Amino acid sequence: MQALTNRAKAVERRKMTFLERIYLWNIIKGMWITFKHMFTKNPTIQYPEKKREFSPVFRGLHVLNRDEEGRERCTACGLCAVACPAEAITMEAAERLPGEENLYREEKYAAKYEINMLRCIFCGLCEEACPKDAIYLSETFAPSNFNRKGFIYGKDNLLIPNPVTAAGDLAKAKGLN
Amino acid sequence: MSEPTPLFKVTIDNITVEVPAGTTILNAARQIGGEVAPPAMCYYSKLQGSGGKCRTCLVEVSKGSEKDPRPMPKLVASCRTTVMDGMEVKNITSPKVLDARASVVEFLLINHPLDCPICDQAGECHLQDLSYEHGKEGTRYEFQRRTFHKVDLGDKIQLHMTRCIMCFRCVFTADQLTDKREHGILDRGDHAQIATFIQKNLQNEFIGNVIDVCPVGALTDKTFRFKNRVWFTKPVDAHRNCDNPKCCGEVQLWMRGDEVFRVTARKDEWGEVKEASNGKTGWICNVCRFDKKDAKDWVIEGPSKINRHSVIAQGHYEGVVKPQETLPEVLDGRQPKLLMDIHSVSQVNKPTVELSLLERPAHSTDFK
Repeated sequence: MQALTNRAKAVERRKMTFLERIYLWNIIKGMWITFKHMFTKNPTIQYPEKKREFSPVFRGLHVLNRDEEGRERCTACGLCAVACPAEAITMEAAERLPGEENLYREEKYAAKYEINMLRCIFCGLCEEACPKDAIYLSETFAPSNFNRKGFIYGKDNLLIPNPVTAAGDLAKAKGLN
Repeated sequence: MSEPTPLFKVTIDNITVEVPAGTTILNAARQIGGEVAPPAMCYYSKLQGSGGKCRTCLVEVSKGSEKDPRPMPKLVASCRTTVMDGMEVKNITSPKVLDARASVVEFLLINHPLDCPICDQAGECHLQDLSYEHGKEGTRYEFQRRTFHKVDLGDKIQLHMTRCIMCFRCVFTADQLTDKREHGILDRGDHAQIATFIQKNLQNEFIGNVIDVCPVGALTDKTFRFKNRVWFTKPVDAHRNCDNPKCCGEVQLWMRGDEVFRVTARKDEWGEVKEASNGKTGWICNVCRFDKKDAKDWVIEGPSKINRHSVIAQGHYEGVVKPQETLPEVLDGRQPKLLMDIHSVSQVNKPTVELSLLERPAHSTDFK
């Protein structure tokens, strides 16, 4: 058969020489490579003890933001859910009752807000779509879990600590102390 | 017998169309369709006397008629100007019109709040479309916006006066559709507002249609308030035998799963209520609109046609072909085992909480 390209190489089936047959030379060659690597920089790190720094544009686990008075910013407008290419975000909206003004910033709020982390691809489009500065992708990743159930993140997982009533928790979450 | 109305030749954006005398430029342009038709916020072909308020349909008449070819000195409102024989009109081909329209949009938005994330009309709002297509990006307005308190017009209609653009459509609807109009415009100029005297309820069996004619989110359905976003609900054409002789019973259901979240009249490409199969305008009564929130009440005809450019089309409901389930075939008729029922974990869309059946917006107490 005629070759289609001239890159094909015919297999050489000559007899090996004595030096090749005892493999000693090849073993020494391999050992030398291993030995050389003992003096080069290690590309891996010892993970739990040492942690690699994230890049400034890293997109990690979502947080739902509060304003400076501790009220939830999300108004359940649904723009994050419609922007989400993985359809990971669902929500249910409710109307703010009189007396709940210190909890929610606007008259409509997300009573339920869920992100399915199994579906999420961390593209950050929800963050970009949000008109209320309510959702952000933080610089951590979703912790691993043995069950699928553990990956449905509700509002209790996503909301940041209240800066008024739980300022200490917020500082801790930001890694300030 | 009077003579048949003569046909007038009118050229709009270099497209010639023949229309009967007495047709407005707007309606002639709508016969051509597409981008040539000027946008209209206040004109409503199904309501007599509407139009002439919002000025978004301004066009340039570059040639008055065959007999008097002088151009009209100013831009004219196309919904109120009738065609003349040989008239030449410029709409999107005239930079003057586009500039004037951008200014009109800016004026309409001066007092309009930026609360689209909260507003139930978002996604099907004519003002949103108008400002995207014809408006400018920024605002130059630096002052406090005019505000009003929100008002309940009866127990089913919510009035957000801050969002109103004073198109008068709802007033015409109440005048022409119902026996007794109970609301109108109070005050003048910047203080003008849609209001009822002493917060009177709007109680008339056709008053719900003011929700459909409202081009913005000023009049919204309280039974749908904050329940869902328009683009997450699936529009479906449906009908029922309504006892009311004036009601056509042909509606659009906005569903999510099997739940009917909202009932509206069917709309045509101009956002106006469509003609029903009996030839009359398809206004619907309050019973159909507010009280029939069960899919069993309706005969469902199929998904509605939604313009491809509308955000409502994002769900791709039309022409969906479900893939054939091969697993039961392979498993000798057994259904595959469900590894996790999402309702066992998810707090959203719980089968026990039927938000669509609530007659008011959901509150924190409903999720307890």
